[in-house]
Amino acid sequence: MNGFGYLRPATLQEAAEACAAHPGARYLAGGTNLVDLVKLGVEQPTLLIDVGRLPLDTVEELPDGSLRVGATVRNSDLAADPRVRDRWPALSQALLAGASAQLRNAATTGGNLLQRTRCPYFQDLDKPCNKREPGSGCGARDGVHRDHAVLGHSAQCIATHPSDMAVALAALDAQVELYGPEGTRRLPVADFHRLPGEHPERDTWIRPGELITAVLLPAATAGVPSAYRKARDRASYAFALASVAVALRVTDGIVDQVGVAFGGLAHRPWRARHTELALLGAPAGPDAFEGAVALELAHAEPLRDNAYKVSLARNLALDVLNRLAPATATA
Amino acid sequence: MTGTTGTAGTALGAPAERREGRQKVTGTARYAAEYTLPGRAHAWPVPAAIAHGRVTAVDTSEALALPGVLAVLTPGDAPRLAEPEDHTLALLQNPKVPHRGWCVALAVADTLETARAAARAVRVHYAPEPHDVTLVTGHPDAYEPEEVGGGYPGRLEQGDPAAAYAAAEVRLDVTYRVPPLHNHPMEPHASTAHWDGDRLTVYTSSQGGSTVRSVLAQLFELPEDHVTAVTEHVGGGFGSKGTPRPDVVLAALAARHTGRPVTVAYPRRYLPTTVGHRAPTVQRLRLGAHPDGRLTALLHEVTTQTSRVREFVEQAAVPSRVMYATPALLSTHRVSALDVPSPSWMRAPGEAPGMYALESAMDELADAVGIDPVELRVRNEPDREPGSGKPFSSRGLVACLREGARRFGWAERDPRPGVRRDGPWLTGTGMAAATYPAAAQPSAAAARALPDGTFTIRINATDIGTGARTVLAQIAADRLGAPLERVRVEIGHSDLPPAPLAGGSMGTASWGWPVHDACAELASRLAAHPGPLPAEGIETRADTTGKADADSPYAKHAFGAHFAEVAVDTVTGELRVRRLLGVYAAGRILNARTARSQFTGGMVMGLGMALTEHSTLDPAFGDFPEADLASYHVPVHADVPDIEAHWIEEDDPHLNPMGSKGIGEIGIVGTAAALGNAVHHATGLRFRELPLTPDRILAGLLSEG
Repeated sequence: MNGFGYLRPATLQEAAEACAAHPGARYLAGGTNLVDLVKLGVEQPTLLIDVGRLPLDTVEELPDGSLRVGATVRNSDLAADPRVRDRWPALSQALLAGASAQLRNAATTGGNLLQRTRCPYFQDLDKPCNKREPGSGCGARDGVHRDHAVLGHSAQCIATHPSDMAVALAALDAQVELYGPEGTRRLPVADFHRLPGEHPERDTWIRPGELITAVLLPAATAGVPSAYRKARDRASYAFALASVAVALRVTDGIVDQVGVAFGGLAHRPWRARHTELALLGAPAGPDAFEGAVALELAHAEPLRDNAYKVSLARNLALDVLNRLAPATATA
Repeated sequence: MTGTTGTAGTALGAPAERREGRQKVTGTARYAAEYTLPGRAHAWPVPAAIAHGRVTAVDTSEALALPGVLAVLTPGDAPRLAEPEDHTLALLQNPKVPHRGWCVALAVADTLETARAAARAVRVHYAPEPHDVTLVTGHPDAYEPEEVGGGYPGRLEQGDPAAAYAAAEVRLDVTYRVPPLHNHPMEPHASTAHWDGDRLTVYTSSQGGSTVRSVLAQLFELPEDHVTAVTEHVGGGFGSKGTPRPDVVLAALAARHTGRPVTVAYPRRYLPTTVGHRAPTVQRLRLGAHPDGRLTALLHEVTTQTSRVREFVEQAAVPSRVMYATPALLSTHRVSALDVPSPSWMRAPGEAPGMYALESAMDELADAVGIDPVELRVRNEPDREPGSGKPFSSRGLVACLREGARRFGWAERDPRPGVRRDGPWLTGTGMAAATYPAAAQPSAAAARALPDGTFTIRINATDIGTGARTVLAQIAADRLGAPLERVRVEIGHSDLPPAPLAGGSMGTASWGWPVHDACAELASRLAAHPGPLPAEGIETRADTTGKADADSPYAKHAFGAHFAEVAVDTVTGELRVRRLLGVYAAGRILNARTARSQFTGGMVMGLGMALTEHSTLDPAFGDFPEADLASYHVPVHADVPDIEAHWIEEDDPHLNPMGSKGIGEIGIVGTAAALGNAVHHATGLRFRELPLTPDRILAGLLSEG
């Protein structure tokens, strides 16, 4: 069998050093995706660094009103956290829309962000996939791609990022905290994942050896009305065909804060900047929403079999925007 | 429901609990891969990575170099087999690759993980040839098969269907499509094989151990009594374990080659290309009718595919020979052999896809003539089976329709489509009829009375999760007039009296018959026996050969009616089932608990067929990308609403001594059509391709504006 080492570091520093010292090392937390990929042979780690027991499992309220979510906080715990449910409800809803109860009990915040695409060509060693094996080609482009990307894809890769949680985090202006050999840094979740471009093998902007230590939910979006909605092939336990997270605050009929992100459409959670720009400062209402969402989706480049995603995403976004708007218009 | 005879608590029909339930929920029930024989090795197959061509070389050096690897079997060096009747079992016998996923090598190692790593390290070189994996109507190689699944003639024509259709006052010409579907039983296919000299023992996950034994004996050229097949617990099959599968042959080959017991446990991802699937069908239905809804012509033409390994033709046009009175009937199949994995039995082969198309078309006809769909079916009730001209042994369709309509509240239904809004939801109701043949096959059984007052029933039946053990004990207890707990049942071992498979909804009828007969004789022997029994007890045997397979002057079928309520989300195109109700006429129900589970289980599978389940034959690669349970969507709990299954009492003297019809499959038949018809009632749109996923529904809603 393919042997690999297993290490349970006591500190962040030990974890990062081990990772730096072992090419082919992988961080392991909940294992809900990585273990599958190891079994499939997609991942062949030389060393598993189990960060699941590092002291990163707390949700902490910071003095400025933001929330610091440790990287190993379980998806189910985060979804149930009363502060999240009250102030960033889209995040709780997104978490609960993902996977199954059993998986949510095991999966972690950091691991959720770093999960890999579920593209079937990526998972099948006997088929070409530029993400798994750069230069081998893309099996999905001319193959079966009903579930694949309509925005931001490249000739090399049309995979989507499967996370629900990340979509809500992107809309809520959350940040990822990274610890690495060069210290600690932060990136907006919306910019954490890459578009595939020429290098689909790189899912994110994380640097070698870096480790997610936390996700920060900013005070600026706390209490802003938000919601997540997902459409899928069955009522539960299926990845999004399309999804949307919206944070929207309307004051005196005018949009004064908005975050919109789509899931299931692209290689990363797709922050709808065109929509946001069009809405910010504009009167809230169905017509404005419709025009603003269309601006974003005009950039879609559907493939042979997934044009439905564009209308689906549009409907989802309008539904959530309209639902959030009246409740806030009078606030 | 109601028992009629027997000691209290043992009556047939009583909701006796599954006998092995405790073992299963506590994890002590042993499945085929769990026989940890001393020195057991594991084998992992290498699937072909091309869709058509041949293997030119297999480089095993890297694999064999891994510590713990015992062997890599290849088409060049695997032990030779006699030519099988089912060519999907001619494994590693020649270099041809008939489809992607075909086994081209087998790695054997000390552990499962090493076997898997070794399989991955095998380098297979191919000479690929162009492949054709796409089902189209009018395929140049399409032909009309003489025989289709179930042994039915491929074509049946009565009257002058084309002329009758052309002359009909009302005409409907519609085409329905069903995608590839996969059985995916909970327990993937697995076998453990062990040789002792020239005696072979296999522990295998199969719906029929007697067939496994005879097939292995033939392949390995052994006397049948040198082969033992143990099928004690089987975690589902839905038809995919109805015949021996590559796992058992590969395990026996590897065990012979290495001299060790070997387990082959197929990984889930390999099942779609390996263990059969429901082939896709394109079904053209032409219905001609009088304005009052009575049919004047019924033409059901099925196009499907098979592999180049084995001809298997999904008999989807066959139920049209059973259902409705018509002076002109055409029921035909056309099939093309493509470079695709071999299709095979999947729960209600023929009836499930065929009744989806027929019952959807009947709903369209009801619409066209403005007659209630329940009433339309009643008006087309035949006196005799249309295809054979035989009288029905019993036909409870109208009773099921009426009872279902009553329970569902069908009378209050507003027939207008697309007018019920509930916020963003459009709601609707629909119904469909169901049918499934009631048959039996010859079987043997033994019954023994022991001096301690207990009884032992012995028969090589298989319990694939249906409750076979339990119901056979009930049949025996009922006939012996003994309390249920005094009857032991031994099944799942080829040393037991031979019995047919658990399939075709025939298990209970086939097995119960000789159990009944042996117990009847035992009861007479006991009545005549003076004094205490000898230590070994008294045994009787029965064999129904010549009885169970005798020609019958009757057409024998179970019938049913399905009613469904759905809600369609106009924002997303997502579909939710609010209610699903089935009423069945299936002879005498022998165990109310396990029967209900069979009915509702079938309905859930039908719900999956309607809403969520499908795979795609990848035109570029020739296999199914939806190869795991994350991408092949069987329904989850959240998809399944309140499901009701009811049955009507049916007293049919022409079946078997229990008066029972099979119930394992009819639940899936008609469910998809009832749901599709409800979607039409909700939206006013006809979707003629399954499954009814959000992309399709939303596209329909949007094009409607």
